[in-house]
Amino acid sequence: MRFEEIKKRAESQWGVFSHNPHILVGTATCGKAAGALDVIEAFKNELSRRDIRVPIIQVGCIGLCYAEPLVIISKPDSLRIAYHNVTPDLASRLVEGYIVGDDPCLEIALGTFETDERGTPYIPELPRFEHELRLILGRCGYIDPENIHDYIANRGYSALARALGMSPEQIVEEIKRSGLRGRGGAGFYAGEKWDQCRRAPAKRKYVICNADEGDPGAFMDRVILESDPQEVIEGMIIAGYAIGAERGYIYVRAEYPLAIERIRNALRQAEEIGLLGEDILGSGFHFHIGITEGAGAFVSGEATALVAAMEGKRSEPRVRPPRLAEAGLWGCPTLLNNVKTFAYVPFIIGNGIDQFLSIGTEHSKGTAVFTLAGKIQYPGLTEVPMGTTLRKVVYDIAGGMRNQKKFKAVQIGGPSGGCIPETLLDLPIDFDSLHEAGSMMGSGGMIFMDEEDCAVDTARFFLDFTTKESCGKCTMCRMGTLQLLSILEDICTGKAKIEDMELLQELSQDVKMGSLCGLGRSAPNPVLTTMRYFGDEYRAHILEKRCPALVCKDLIAYYILREKCDRACEHCILVCPTEAIKGGKGEIKVINQEKCSKCGTCLEVCPPEYHAVVKISPISKLPPDPKGEEGPAQGGG
Amino acid sequence: MTEKEEQLSHILERHRGERNGLIPILLEIQREFGYLPKEAMPRVAESLGIKPVEVWGVATFFNQFRLTPLGRNHIKVCMGTACHLAGGRLVLEALERELNIKVGETSPDGHFSLERVACIGCCMLAPVAVIKDKIYPKMSSFKVEEALIPYRQESKAED
Ligand SMILES: Cc1cc2nc3c(=O)[nH]c(=O)nc-3n(C[C@H](O)[C@H](O)[C@H](O)COP(=O)(O)O)c2cc1C
Repeated sequence: MRFEEIKKRAESQWGVFSHNPHILVGTATCGKAAGALDVIEAFKNELSRRDIRVPIIQVGCIGLCYAEPLVIISKPDSLRIAYHNVTPDLASRLVEGYIVGDDPCLEIALGTFETDERGTPYIPELPRFEHELRLILGRCGYIDPENIHDYIANRGYSALARALGMSPEQIVEEIKRSGLRGRGGAGFYAGEKWDQCRRAPAKRKYVICNADEGDPGAFMDRVILESDPQEVIEGMIIAGYAIGAERGYIYVRAEYPLAIERIRNALRQAEEIGLLGEDILGSGFHFHIGITEGAGAFVSGEATALVAAMEGKRSEPRVRPPRLAEAGLWGCPTLLNNVKTFAYVPFIIGNGIDQFLSIGTEHSKGTAVFTLAGKIQYPGLTEVPMGTTLRKVVYDIAGGMRNQKKFKAVQIGGPSGGCIPETLLDLPIDFDSLHEAGSMMGSGGMIFMDEEDCAVDTARFFLDFTTKESCGKCTMCRMGTLQLLSILEDICTGKAKIEDMELLQELSQDVKMGSLCGLGRSAPNPVLTTMRYFGDEYRAHILEKRCPALVCKDLIAYYILREKCDRACEHCILVCPTEAIKGGKGEIKVINQEKCSKCGTCLEVCPPEYHAVVKISPISKLPPDPKGEEGPAQGGG
Repeated sequence: MTEKEEQLSHILERHRGERNGLIPILLEIQREFGYLPKEAMPRVAESLGIKPVEVWGVATFFNQFRLTPLGRNHIKVCMGTACHLAGGRLVLEALERELNIKVGETSPDGHFSLERVACIGCCMLAPVAVIKDKIYPKMSSFKVEEALIPYRQESKAED
């Protein structure tokens, strides 16, 4: 079939669908975890009880993970409304209110997609959406990821149709001129790679999509694959045509079962209508895509290690050259790009490069996708033009910090990235500015920290991760990270000397220099940036045995404020797992420090109106035991 | 041949000679048995024409592979960055205390096992624990005991 016909059919299906009432429910992993499937059940039951037929479509994620389960209801000639945090009860109410009746239930609405004189929030004008620009997340959460026609009706596969009319050289030239940089971390120019692969003289070449997403705090690749898998597939097909490959693989971590299922379905549908497989759209070009499941190792995300895993070997990086473009999978020239890099390709080829070039900064074109997590109001996913300041991301998009706490830092790029402090909030974010600040774009995962998060403990956390994930090939990475970790542990437990800070610096440089791949080369980044921006905190740990954020267990003690403890309440006594809290009925409770395991349960259960349990650091500041006074008897009493 | 051996033979037969297929084969065996039985390793090696040490090398490299059976109620505690900041470690310690096992172990009666995982991608619900594929959002050390109740009752009923 010709593409025009496929498109016409898809558009007419979409037209019928969008002009009839329907319900969209976000069921990406985040939606499911928040209970979206129960909400769907409730909608189904309520609809069938009333004998009404309205399609319920499971869509991906629009990036507002905090609002899940998220439901969008469309009614012809009426407002299209998004509802947040929908429960099964609310679902029944929405059927009654808005599907059957005319009450849009605005009190539980997030906003509308059309302006409305009643003053309902207009979604495109929410602060978040004013800064966002969605080039690759545009369809996520609005189309059915399991229906290729939804994708085609929304500009999908037009780029492929255009590409097949161009020469491979022209396509590579456009990718080059667009300035597209790889979104997998290092920001390598995609056009360069494509060009090398295209020029490589070989009969067999491969395209690999890196969906390993190993950073423990980033999930955008998962969201894209769960919400709009065809976009990535289209990008890969165009890449295959451009470099002269007939086979591609998506390497996706086994921890993402839903993504795998949706990709599998997407590949099948693309094959069925001739957009993938033999003689694509009658062009004579063949391209097949398979899925390889990763078995979970952070280092497998590194390009050469990934290829080793695909060949069924231990996933250890190797020396380059030869680059993958010369000798990759089974020795053949291989183009490896990240999920997002491929996702930009349909936009760039479909719209021409000018639009892409007009967005972003001088050397970082287009948009950046970030996942937002940690101590902010609105965790989720966002896409903003390169060069957007951190301040806008924190305060407008993420809604600022939770519980009126103060912003302390943001860790960007996971274990390879660094901590960026408040003084750099006006930094326009792009590949190069982050690098200068000692961090890197990396995965694009952002974790926001407030005053209750300890900089040293965070560095220790990442080092613990890299130590476990180091493949062991390079001594500096295997042993050096272990030494770094052990020094950080000394600091967190109050055993370190001030000279250790210098040692950390030195050792960090050695680990960077002495490691082959990015894992070791960037492992010290969290240590170096936290020392650079939060040096005082390190010194407080070392010199005063004090953890200012009250996190490091060995430097804090739990204490019950005598004046705040309500004598009648026994919550803390009841939950303490080590029976460390003493005090009878009507007495002030006291923690026996010797027995306390610092599990924090007493602090958690102490009713907010008393707020009597506090953490104290350094431990030497702990008030002396109240001997002989009222309250629990210690000896006398 | 026991039923288990037969299942193993089936898997190996389907992938005979595919050296590249080592990881998919091991994943499949694990899906079938819940872990990688020691006895399976030489047979995998033989069917692919490689040395057993290569199979062991891969099996011990990747986090997904387990060399011991899991408990009937397998518990995963997320130790991703967001969960760590939100106090995931306290949740893990509470589980260790409640179940009286250390992370990575299975209880002697085979009912519970405890594992730490890097990130399950639900950072907005941090800290998260997963018990038998059910996600428990915004956990705390205090909520641990209650979360375990249904599984403990089930285990008691089984015994
Ligand atoms: C330890 C380590 C882990 C990595 N993990 C990933 C990953 O999960 N996903 C990814 O796309 N790139 C990852 N990379 C980067 C890849 O090596 C490679 O640069 C990238 O996939 C190339 O794609 P791009 O040019 O589109 O960015 C990792 C690199 C290192 C050193």
